[in-house]
Amino acid sequence: MTGYTGLYQRLYRPRVPILWWVRRRSYLLFVLRELSSVFVAWSVVYTLLLVHAVTAGERSYRGFLAWSARPQVLAVNVVALLFVLFHAVTWFALASRAVVVRVRGRRVPGVWIVAANYALWAVASAIVAWVVLR
Amino acid sequence: MTVVRRPVEPLLWLAFSAGGVLAALLVPALLLLFGVAFPLGWLPAPGYPHLDAVVRHPLVRLVLFALCVLALFHAAHRLRYTVRDGLQLRRLSGLIDASCYGAALAGSAAAGYLLLAAG
Repeated sequence: MTGYTGLYQRLYRPRVPILWWVRRRSYLLFVLRELSSVFVAWSVVYTLLLVHAVTAGERSYRGFLAWSARPQVLAVNVVALLFVLFHAVTWFALASRAVVVRVRGRRVPGVWIVAANYALWAVASAIVAWVVLR
Repeated sequence: MTVVRRPVEPLLWLAFSAGGVLAALLVPALLLLFGVAFPLGWLPAPGYPHLDAVVRHPLVRLVLFALCVLALFHAAHRLRYTVRDGLQLRRLSGLIDASCYGAALAGSAAAGYLLLAAG
């Protein structure tokens, strides 16, 4: 990011087309992965709206449920769910490369770390479902 | 050009990682239930007294607060680079940073008010 001199930047500046990422599947997946952040942020906003509605009383909770069943809101949430799942899968895949765990001096294989992440995901999801649906 | 030292940068990367983990672990289940399964009637939506008790529980509030703040900063951090480099707006990076982190701060303040102060 840094380290380039101003002169260097002036001398050599390749032009990259703005849609460079649609040419290759791997580039497209990379940009879609980065754009999952928009839907993570939306999920937080949606959760806070739910918390606000529940805190405000039963009537507003019913109002939130009716609002969430509107086709536009439902469509946004279906797309958001797909992106959030994509975020989770790519995040866990990344963890096997980012996290280095050593047991008795040997590096734990990445597959194990991914498996541990998926196990943790299953447990966390089960806890959420249990708390909400109990 | 000298290397600009910003002591806040490691903290932002830390929030990015922690938010990424929390969002990956908790958000799919939450969104599947409240965003898709209940609205479509796949499952009956929880009754008000139960959900009210859940939302009032201190541990639930703490977890939700951590999730909201860290996931917002995760998203802000990621979107900042995507917008700046993806749309080639390096000249506007100051404005982009301010918008992304500013929105995350505003959302965190709202989360803090809803989950820690109100109710």
